Amino acid sequence: MDEATKVGPTTESRVEAGEKWVNFRIWRQESASAPGGFEEFRVPHRKGANVISCLMEIQRNPVNAAGKATTPVTWDAACLEEVCGSCAMNINGRVRMACSALVDKLEWPITLEPMRKFPMVRDLCVDRSRMFESLKRVKAWVELDGTHNLGPGPRQSQSEQAQRYVLSTCITCGSCLEACPQITQDNDFMGAAPISQVRLFNLHPTGAMHAEDRLHGLMGPGGIQDCGKAQNCVQVCPKEIPLTTSIAAMNRDVTKLVVKDLFFKDEETETAVGGPA
Amino acid sequence: MAEQRFTVVGGGLAGLMSVIKLCEAGHKVDLLSIVPVKRSHSVCAQGGINGAVNTKGEGDHPDIHVKDTLRGGDFLAEQTSVKGMCYAAPGVIYLLDRMGVPFNRTPEGLLDFRRFGGTLHHRTAFAGATTGQQLLYALDEQVRRFEAAGMVNKFEYWEWLGMVKDGSGRCVGSIAMDLRTMEVRAIPAEAVMLATGGPGIVFGRSTNSIINTGTAAGRAYLDGAIYANGEFIQVHPTSIPGEDKLRLMSESVRGEGGRVWVPKKKGDTRDPVTIPEDERWYFLEEKYPKYKNLVPRDVATREIFHICRELGMGVGGRDGVYLDVTHIPAATLDAKIKGVMEIYEKFVGDDPRHHPMIIFPGMHYSMGGVYVTFEAGPNLEPLAASPKNQATNIPGLYASGEADHAYHGANRLGANSLLSCIYGGIIGGPAMVSYAKNVVKGAASVPSSVFEDAKKQWEERFANIDKMNGTENPYVLARELGEVMTENVTVVRRNDRLRKTLDKIAELQDRWKRINVLDHGHSSNRPLSFVNQLWNMFALGEVITKSALLRDESRGAHYKPEFQLPEPKTKDPTQDPEWMKAWKERHQKWAKTTIARWTPKGSEITYEDISTPVLDPEPRWYA
Repeated sequence: MDEATKVGPTTESRVEAGEKWVNFRIWRQESASAPGGFEEFRVPHRKGANVISCLMEIQRNPVNAAGKATTPVTWDAACLEEVCGSCAMNINGRVRMACSALVDKLEWPITLEPMRKFPMVRDLCVDRSRMFESLKRVKAWVELDGTHNLGPGPRQSQSEQAQRYVLSTCITCGSCLEACPQITQDNDFMGAAPISQVRLFNLHPTGAMHAEDRLHGLMGPGGIQDCGKAQNCVQVCPKEIPLTTSIAAMNRDVTKLVVKDLFFKDEETETAVGGPA
Repeated sequence: MAEQRFTVVGGGLAGLMSVIKLCEAGHKVDLLSIVPVKRSHSVCAQGGINGAVNTKGEGDHPDIHVKDTLRGGDFLAEQTSVKGMCYAAPGVIYLLDRMGVPFNRTPEGLLDFRRFGGTLHHRTAFAGATTGQQLLYALDEQVRRFEAAGMVNKFEYWEWLGMVKDGSGRCVGSIAMDLRTMEVRAIPAEAVMLATGGPGIVFGRSTNSIINTGTAAGRAYLDGAIYANGEFIQVHPTSIPGEDKLRLMSESVRGEGGRVWVPKKKGDTRDPVTIPEDERWYFLEEKYPKYKNLVPRDVATREIFHICRELGMGVGGRDGVYLDVTHIPAATLDAKIKGVMEIYEKFVGDDPRHHPMIIFPGMHYSMGGVYVTFEAGPNLEPLAASPKNQATNIPGLYASGEADHAYHGANRLGANSLLSCIYGGIIGGPAMVSYAKNVVKGAASVPSSVFEDAKKQWEERFANIDKMNGTENPYVLARELGEVMTENVTVVRRNDRLRKTLDKIAELQDRWKRINVLDHGHSSNRPLSFVNQLWNMFALGEVITKSALLRDESRGAHYKPEFQLPEPKTKDPTQDPEWMKAWKERHQKWAKTTIARWTPKGSEITYEDISTPVLDPEPRWYA
């Protein structure tokens, strides 16, 4: 099969003679129980292309590099501007967001693999529900009496806002879990993201009223003590959240609370109101 | 009596706020979303949320917010809902503040407010330039609180396929599909809220997330819901064109002082930073000395279009003008709009703090949507807990957020969308509860055969799609739809081209029947669901185009040069009696809501008079 017949009609009309092609090696696996392996693709190169636009090109022309018809690749994506957290995957062996992975800044062939620390769904899609479960465990919210009108919230300084804002940009993409050597599919370690969320809510004046509830959520199996301090998380975070600072701060607070729980339990009053079950 | 359950479809701001209100009223909710709700498109909103809190000593007031909104929408918005929204706005912002949204602060620790388009007041509360993300997370967290308490059952990665109606035509539930296992299931409900967002992907590339196909609204329309004001499509003046999408550059960039310009010399190839001030043409500031760069979006978009397409004055002779913030200190930019600075940096490669950005208009938002009603109270705001608020023409089916038609008329003001989404949920949730209270027989008393039949119909439809082995690629058809819609149904509309677009959509609908489904897998088979979605996208494309074809005037975002009123002879148009006469005639003819109903032959378009109890219409003039 020659070059021209490999591409679909829309591509064909836009491909000029001598145009560059980008080679991809993409992990294909039809379901969690099916065997998986790499399939190779060739996609016409376009200026400004990212991994997502190439996957879209494959949807419009689902033919592999050998010229054989195949199914379009399955991957998760939504916003394509690094704010929804959907499209995290391993690109050339490093976890990152596919939307901001510009083809011209990557080494070719480009290898796409799913994150390996989460259960496989299909191709590049994985199940990240353990992250959302962790957010429940650590009570990652501000307690609210209700949504009726109760006037403004507490005043906060500009520096407090700046500190909280960066923590609040976590997109739950899973990169920090993927990069963490302590996490496997078989264990419960929650990873950096939810630990940093505890810090976010404990820094809020109202949230701080239930700080100990959240710190208790960080204790026990799968909690903060499972962190091995490899510091990979902070290096892969696409939002540059100071995750290791968060972990250190929460470690300190958890340690203090452990001591308090041990020696001052009788004086504890906070747990009477909305405390842990 | 069986437990009353409600269904909310969509996990963006409107959906989540509806869920919270239903839970607070003590009801259990099934929440359907095609993605984990925290990944919904509301995350993409950047600039902020409006509310006349008036902390800047400018004398701002909800009444002025009402006026700006109605005027911004060229007097096509539903007025009672707008009044209710603007009066609720300060309370909504305070509520979000209490939930922990990290809004930017003043030195005194109060909420800070920025300028936005279509107003002269500092009225927009913001959390950097990722306000939508921060607001969505706040509501997501509150919904998670209810989920942990057993009040909310999330169906994530589930797609709403259509409603289930009982013998009387009432909506008593939904049919949905698990996008991972492809299981089809009936979900009974006392009432269903569609908070499913806009139809951006009907236009191919837009500022929208790729999940915004409009499929749910399209299907509701095919099943009898009225779709209203479909022709009003907002094209945002400032986006960065990309292969996969058009990335939004927030209006807050101009709110914080960003200036739009092109070189005075056509085709000037110099590096923009070397072009002296007097050789730059700040065309918005020149034409609109009062609002300057912060005219409403439709106005700014047309001006940029005019500069590039008609005058050929775009940067390098191409589509694009400079959006310049290089005169603002980098530290200020990082404190207030870092999110968008980073998007430009990551996707274009230049640092906008030191190099003017190049931007061009991109499809952004649908003012129109599923038709909803409101019941006005004595203060001309929606009556609290009336079952008629946010109600579609199908009993038991509600709509809110970008999916509804009501709040923005012919053009939405920036930072009103987050507000309208949350307000729609605030009044929509209680409306569903009131409706269920007044229904004699609840969904639980509907014979189970009604649900089984509906489920079977959908299973058969997908079995048929699975058999489609033709020659057409569904994603290619979608791209063709997007290209023709963007070319002909965005900034400038001409009737001959709109007619050709309708022909093209009919051709695509015909070719749809010869689709190849591409995938027969039983796990996460995306093409299977997409082929079904595509049919609904065609339906919306047809409504949008036909509504645009039949509205022979210019209003807000709907611009038809062939039917444009001439320029008034005086600077203030109200001083030109002849022009005012022409304006009044035009207004009387067209101040109507476009009503689209599905028929087997395509959409049937009629018009409904706008009632104007809150504010009398006047010419919309920003110069």
